[in-house]
Amino acid sequence: MSIFWTLWITIITLIVIIGCAVLLRAVSKNNTGVEEGQPMPHTFDGIQELNNPVPKWWMGLFWFTIVIALIYSLAFPAYTANWNGLLGWTSSDQSITSLQESKESAKTSHSQYQREMNAAEQKYGAVFKQLAYDENGVYKDLTLVAKDSDAIKVGQRLFLQNCSQCHGSDARGSTGFPNLTDNDWLYGGDPDTIKLTLMNGRQGAMPAWADILGEQGIKEVASYALQLSGRRVDLIEAKAGKERFVVCSACHGADGKGMHAVGAPNLTDTVWLYGGSRKAVEATLRNGRNGVMPAWKDVLGEDKIHLISAYVYSLSQ
Amino acid sequence: MTSATTIQPDYNYKVVRQFTLTTIFWGIIGMSIGVLIAAQLIWPVLNFDTPWLTYSRLRPLHTNAVIFAFGTSALMGTSFYVVQRTCQTRLFGGNLASVVFWGWQLVILSAVISLPLGYTSSKEYAELEWPIDLLITAVWVVYAVVFFGTLATRKTSHIYVANWFYGAFILTIAVLHIVNSMAIPVSMGSMKSYSIYSGAIDAMVQWWYGHNAVGFLLTAGFLGMMYYFVPKQANRPIYSYRLSIVHFWALIAVYIWVGPHHLMYTALPDWVQSLGMLMSLILFAPSWGGMINGIMTLSGAWHKLRTDPILRFLVVSLSFYGMSTFEGPMMAIKTVNAISHYTDWTIGHVHSGALGWVAMITIGATYHLVPKLFNQKAMYSIPMINLHFWLATIGTILYIVAMWISGVMQGLMWRAVNDDGTLTYTFVESLEKSYPFYTIRFVGGLIFLTGMLVMAYNTYRTVTAKDGSIQPQELD
Repeated sequence: MSIFWTLWITIITLIVIIGCAVLLRAVSKNNTGVEEGQPMPHTFDGIQELNNPVPKWWMGLFWFTIVIALIYSLAFPAYTANWNGLLGWTSSDQSITSLQESKESAKTSHSQYQREMNAAEQKYGAVFKQLAYDENGVYKDLTLVAKDSDAIKVGQRLFLQNCSQCHGSDARGSTGFPNLTDNDWLYGGDPDTIKLTLMNGRQGAMPAWADILGEQGIKEVASYALQLSGRRVDLIEAKAGKERFVVCSACHGADGKGMHAVGAPNLTDTVWLYGGSRKAVEATLRNGRNGVMPAWKDVLGEDKIHLISAYVYSLSQ
Repeated sequence: MTSATTIQPDYNYKVVRQFTLTTIFWGIIGMSIGVLIAAQLIWPVLNFDTPWLTYSRLRPLHTNAVIFAFGTSALMGTSFYVVQRTCQTRLFGGNLASVVFWGWQLVILSAVISLPLGYTSSKEYAELEWPIDLLITAVWVVYAVVFFGTLATRKTSHIYVANWFYGAFILTIAVLHIVNSMAIPVSMGSMKSYSIYSGAIDAMVQWWYGHNAVGFLLTAGFLGMMYYFVPKQANRPIYSYRLSIVHFWALIAVYIWVGPHHLMYTALPDWVQSLGMLMSLILFAPSWGGMINGIMTLSGAWHKLRTDPILRFLVVSLSFYGMSTFEGPMMAIKTVNAISHYTDWTIGHVHSGALGWVAMITIGATYHLVPKLFNQKAMYSIPMINLHFWLATIGTILYIVAMWISGVMQGLMWRAVNDDGTLTYTFVESLEKSYPFYTIRFVGGLIFLTGMLVMAYNTYRTVTAKDGSIQPQELD
């Protein structure tokens, strides 16, 4: 902050606070020329004003808040960015602009946020470690963790706080967000793949086909896709759709059973991530879809993710 | 021959009559929408799957209607009444007063149409889009010309304290509105605009505006109302002239600083947060100055509370004012704010001010005004005013107590942690626990609204009765 703004703000702030004090002193004496308790020499529409003294307790209250404010403003950041207070307190490291810097600052910063985060890590980190690691200091096999009811309880709590916003409190998902309790997996349901998904996130992109297929083509491919999952459709349309499906098979496979490597859904079952109505399927074909699962490793850390992975794995067992 | 000064000047009461009646009308509309959205929180089906009846669009309509339609109509009407009577001169500017009335109704109508249609700047209490913002600015300038013009042409030597407060309210709201509404339209043919501020600065400008809409419109403006109608209704002199001086200057000097307390523990720089908190603390005493001056004005007239329900409205409004101006500085303290922020406690605090203070003092002032404006000696029914008083008081108390409990409960549930450091409750669990209190809040609001309907009927009978036919009565 420049010298100008520093002075500007500091001076105006002090004028207001000290101005209150000066005003208080001024009215504590009777300078009106009218005896105390008597009316002032003007009336307005019949209303008179008495010259009663300002209540003492009220003045005391006012003085008290002024003094407290001045003391606090010396101890803590106040006035401008150039006054950090005698206690050196700060809520967070406000110069941070990236996650990398945030991690670096965690080691040295004394901000309230970092102190609380470090204290939490000290206190609770061990709880997660104890549940996630074996006696040799390596992660326990997820299938074993999934059978540990204490670990599952913690995993579920973490899930409810971090995952339920999209996947639901019961993990059954909703339109656009996969159900985690069935056995249908976009990227594979073995424990280590689940953990990989949580750690690094996923981006499931279905391209938009409107320009390439045209409206008629979209109708036909939709019919074929619906036929794959056993729905009754116009057979001529479905046949034409099957021929067009060659481009789709690059991801969804020639048999339409999908591909875990790219997260392409199985089209032959009755599970539909974005809705299974003809309208929804056509919209998916026409405009494409872009499903994002965020990467959690930098947010939660691997210990907690290990426990959540075990919980998610346990849901479909 | 009487001297010119003792002749009652030819006051412009027409515009005061218009504003007084629209105050009641918009009060009922604004509060009805409030009751509807309170019901929607319990029964979401009440939006009937209609976009323009969804909570997100009706909530800003509710706040705009009660603040700018109900509250501001009351302020414009009473300020025109008070400034004429305490300056002993007719309103300045001839038909300009009518321009203010019809211009303001046009602003309200634009809000009633544009907000449900989904047009919003997304700034709280400043949701109206740029064409309406321009209209507000124009009408407000005319309002200021009429008010300050009247002050300038006054026949009295001094300016009465009520007019200081009204004047501060008019000037500051103009500055706040213009600065916060600065935006660039997407195109000249588009209702949509984007604020010229960004990030933490945008947030700070918004809450500088937001809290001073509370401070200068809902506090200073209504203190102006209080300074006229309390001594008038009680027929007693103002308690302390010196107190009115110190609390006026301190209030307007300090209020403008407290906006940052809406942004505690955010990206706002620490030093700004500190200042917002400290100024909020200092504001406590100046706020209470108005309450003390109002309540102490009743010294020697306490017995009137037994027989005069209008005075009851005024005194109870001052009590709620004292309560919420104590609560406000407390909630601005960082550690308290850490519990109260984002919870229903804030909603409770706002309504203890809005229902308890703003609405009740307006109701009291309106009951004082209506007979005088429509050539009657009293309101049609005093027992009905008494009934309204109890409905308003019980409604307010149910509302704020429900929100206090719900808010503190939410604040505590959100920060409760298990042995492993994970949160004990999910958000949905705290919401589930809030439902009973949402029901109590809905009932409280409904009771308050019922009181407004009683007032509308009482006013209707008073206004339509033959001139001078209603005689003063007293409660037993």
